[in-house]
Amino acid sequence: MSKDNQILEDLNSKEYEHGWSVDFETDEAPIGLNEDIIRWISTKKEEPSWLLDWRLKAFKIWQGMSEPAWANVNYPKMDLQALRYYSAPKQSNKPKNINEVDPELIAIYERLGISLNEQKRLQGIAIDVVLDSVSVATTFKETLGKLGIIFCSFSEAVKEHPDLVQKYLGSVVPMTDNYYAALNAAVFSDGSFCYIPKGVRCPMELSTYFRINAANTGQFERTLIVADDSSYVSYLEGCTAPQRDENQLHAAVVEIYAGAHAEVKYSTVQNWYPGDKEGKGGIYNFVTKRGICAGDHSKISWTQVETGSAVTWKYPSCILKGDHSIGEFYSVAVTNNYQQADTGTKMIHIGKNTKSRIVSKGISAGKSQNSYRGQVQVMKRAHNARNFSQCDSLLMGNQCGAHTFPYIDIANPSAKVEHEATTSKIGEDQIFYCNQRGIATEDAVALIVNGYAKEVLNQLPMEFAVEAQKLLALTLEGSVG
Amino acid sequence: MLSIKNLHASIEGTPILRGINLEVKAGEVHAIMGPNGSGKSTLASVLAGREEYEVTEGEVLFQGKELLELSPEDRAREGVFLAFQYPIEIPGVSTTNFLRTALNQVREYRGLEPLDAVKFLSLMKEKMALVEIDQKLLSRSLNEGFSGGEKKRNEIFQMAMLEPVLSILDETDSGLDIDALRIVSNGVNKLKSENTATIVVTHYQRLLDYIVPDFVHVLYKGRIVKSGTKELALELEEKGYDWIKEEVDSTATV
Amino acid sequence: MSTLTKSTFVSGLFEALPNTFPSLRQMGKENFYVQGFPSLKDEEYKFTPIAKKLETSLTNFSSANPVIISAEQINKAVPAGFEGVVLAFSNGKYLPELSTSVEGLTVNFLSKNESTPIGSIAKAENDPFIALNQATFTDGLCISIEKKKEITLPILLLQFHQAKEGQVISPRIWIEAGDFAKASFIDYSISLDDAPYFVNKVVEIKGGIHTDLTYHSLQEENNQVIQVNALVTDIQQDSQFTSTQITLSGDLVRNNLTLNLLGSNAVGNMFGIYLLNGKTHVDNHTNVDHTFPHAESNELYKGILADQSRGVFNGKIFVRQAAQKTNAFQQNNNILLSEDAIINTKPQLEIWADDVKCSHGCTVGQLDEEALFYLQARGIDKTTARGLLLYAFAGEVLEKIELESLRTFITTKIQERLGSKF
Repeated sequence: MSKDNQILEDLNSKEYEHGWSVDFETDEAPIGLNEDIIRWISTKKEEPSWLLDWRLKAFKIWQGMSEPAWANVNYPKMDLQALRYYSAPKQSNKPKNINEVDPELIAIYERLGISLNEQKRLQGIAIDVVLDSVSVATTFKETLGKLGIIFCSFSEAVKEHPDLVQKYLGSVVPMTDNYYAALNAAVFSDGSFCYIPKGVRCPMELSTYFRINAANTGQFERTLIVADDSSYVSYLEGCTAPQRDENQLHAAVVEIYAGAHAEVKYSTVQNWYPGDKEGKGGIYNFVTKRGICAGDHSKISWTQVETGSAVTWKYPSCILKGDHSIGEFYSVAVTNNYQQADTGTKMIHIGKNTKSRIVSKGISAGKSQNSYRGQVQVMKRAHNARNFSQCDSLLMGNQCGAHTFPYIDIANPSAKVEHEATTSKIGEDQIFYCNQRGIATEDAVALIVNGYAKEVLNQLPMEFAVEAQKLLALTLEGSVG
Repeated sequence: MLSIKNLHASIEGTPILRGINLEVKAGEVHAIMGPNGSGKSTLASVLAGREEYEVTEGEVLFQGKELLELSPEDRAREGVFLAFQYPIEIPGVSTTNFLRTALNQVREYRGLEPLDAVKFLSLMKEKMALVEIDQKLLSRSLNEGFSGGEKKRNEIFQMAMLEPVLSILDETDSGLDIDALRIVSNGVNKLKSENTATIVVTHYQRLLDYIVPDFVHVLYKGRIVKSGTKELALELEEKGYDWIKEEVDSTATV
Repeated sequence: MSTLTKSTFVSGLFEALPNTFPSLRQMGKENFYVQGFPSLKDEEYKFTPIAKKLETSLTNFSSANPVIISAEQINKAVPAGFEGVVLAFSNGKYLPELSTSVEGLTVNFLSKNESTPIGSIAKAENDPFIALNQATFTDGLCISIEKKKEITLPILLLQFHQAKEGQVISPRIWIEAGDFAKASFIDYSISLDDAPYFVNKVVEIKGGIHTDLTYHSLQEENNQVIQVNALVTDIQQDSQFTSTQITLSGDLVRNNLTLNLLGSNAVGNMFGIYLLNGKTHVDNHTNVDHTFPHAESNELYKGILADQSRGVFNGKIFVRQAAQKTNAFQQNNNILLSEDAIINTKPQLEIWADDVKCSHGCTVGQLDEEALFYLQARGIDKTTARGLLLYAFAGEVLEKIELESLRTFITTKIQERLGSKF
């Protein structure tokens, strides 16, 4: 109940509240994209030669690919040669722990409401913070280290745990997968790495917080999560960006590997700058997220609350390879003004007795377009596969669109697959009923929308759920009445 | 407390209310009766501020304030409560959650501190007893899958929680069996005080056996055509509405 | 749209075209060459490799001439108990001497009525197969129903097909119903032999206001036949259109059903059954477009797939911004009976209006083992029990067929198949 209250109290701020940027000294790559830039990034990061070779190979593949056009989104194409592929805050010496991080950086995150001070954190959440291209801080490393959990920036993992990185990098999302995944493989600058050893249950939420600060810079981070047999981890991702008139590109890759009996829960609250009311500016969020349930009885669960970005193109997916493995996808995607989202999931059933569940709640307002695109594929040998999908759309106003594109491809007769979808609008009588009990219209909308999205919000860890509810209310402000 | 003067209202250009005059004082119970389509529910809706209705003439003073100039939520916050004829379902929002939001917004308007969870819960327990409502019901989605009786009980429960000055019960008795009717009426009676007033809108006299009115008004063709005491309700029950219709229609043609 | 295999194998078709509708045929040809046959990269043909199929299985790509049909063949083909009008066709060519008529119904060869606005509803620029048909149809039929005429007798279009290996049959039908007219059609296509040929049919229906039209398609071609059927319908306000699509055989069958609801209070119903075995591949694409408020569409397709058969379903519902108060329902249910059967289904909703009620659903599953066991426990043998349950599954669609003789006819065919094969 207190969650709701908090939303109502916080409803005062109307615009994107993370729209500020900070000037500080940065290390930047020259603008443009070519082999030299990739070498420049690799050298800057003191990478081993295998990784440089891997990047260059990806770059070659990417050069032969073209930007996908099948998604239900329209946007002016971005000139990828006009972007900067590396921008990092200058830090005199690499900080050994959080106390050595530049106080100016810490201040940026304090302003975003994220405390990097371990003592100040009420909840047990370890955070890896990524600003523009690089990871600037990781908290609780020592506590986690005692359990054998590795949680650090990707760059650090390349140096300290090269074997693990080399083994899993690109194993779930190969560089050939798609245009943006190939681009990411070529130019990714940093990201988070996480390894949970056999039989370990990670005692706290692990979290990455992404922030784009620099202008004309693409953010290409990479997250790799490896959950060894019988381990458990819950992972959170948050993101914001300054308000800028030009579009910015975010093309991340997330790979998750789950061993036998392992469970990974990955939650995202995506709040990239969506552009202004006229549709100017905003982030292009072209992200590839995929997990593989490699071992028997493993489970991967994606939860996403998507409120930001001008254009979203994102399909967190599960490859259910292990027998009895489970994939889940819970999503709330809100679009307002001129936002466009084409998002959904893929559940690929390969192992026997695999199960998947999809709950997608789309909310469209203003002049936005919101599409669910999902695939449930049951391969020939995937005996007794089960899927249930529920895809609902809520429309607010008559200038927006809601679209549903479910692909159901079944090649095994023992599969049971069900897909249901509905479209509805917020009823004026619902709002009047709330009004009659003394609830203002904006709050009534927040209440109704949160009720509609409840099944998904319930999947989020408490702290994130509060944040997500606030975001939903904020994003939809002014769209009814 | 409430003073309605020459109230005219229409929907999509069709006049429904054609000059209502009504005075309600604190401590009173008024029953509004009338045949189907006479404008009873419209009157309730206009008082609560439903947007589909356009007020074309007249004024309504509530505790000295121009009621018609207030937004629906401010009318509620001033103390007007409408028990809906067809309570609305809101999926995913529990009654508890809904009421806590409502109560705290009402309190804020009245300059009171919001209730914390503990105080809210104890208040809720106290009011639940009044309408014999189960806590389990209150943690379910608002009105979703409730039976007719449960919905109406929930309306009265909300009324108890929000402590209105003026309660308008719109056909609260429709669809209720005798047991449910008794429970709902008991709730309403217990909530009555010398500082509050109640308007009961109903088609049947049955409810008035339980909620005894001080005044009974008959609405027909958008006007109050007859007023009286509870005996008028009994007469209507016995004779139906036809004699009133005839009376009005004949004078109208003269 | 696609990689036109610069279809040299098609060019034979464009030789010696009939001299009717010259400019229309030229446009059809141009539109075909612009689009080409769709490849698997084309989203609309992702699972249906039609270009490859045509190229590899049909070597003698030329138009088939009509063959002689006897009255006896007609009598044999007409469903038992059928009372109505029979319009007979041989390889798309109308046979007046073997056909009957009724008051209010006018039929005419397209070649004798060149003012018929064919191509105005089924548009060549959006579909290479419509374009190909428009360029190459030999003749066709123009059917019109008088204004305010309610034809109670069903109209059976008996389409006999017999062609040499690799030949193409291009039937073309134009149906026009005046305001307040009512009629019910049964389009029944039958192969007279087992040769592999290609049927590329286009039916256009133009309904006036307040019309009530029904179009049943029953496909029972041999298992070598490749078919593409386009049924494109425009209906106006206060009208109702119902289609039933029953596919029981064929090699590769693609049904393109397009329904444009061009007025308020229009109701569109689309029902279908595909009962497949062997290597039959059936692809049903339906497309209903709501452009006006207060219209309704209902869609129910059911599939039973055995052996190595493959089913594809893609149902599109478009609700445009002006189409407030639309009700649209869509359901596709499938039962897979074999390890090698495949279903690809994509029920698709695209909505730009907020005050609408739309829902869709689809399921893929198998026979309820519990129910099967229950029937067996009551002494019913397994084959019969399976047949009963499958029949019950398909029954929901069969019930929608109001015409009793047709319903019985199809029911019998389905029961025979379920009883023997399954």
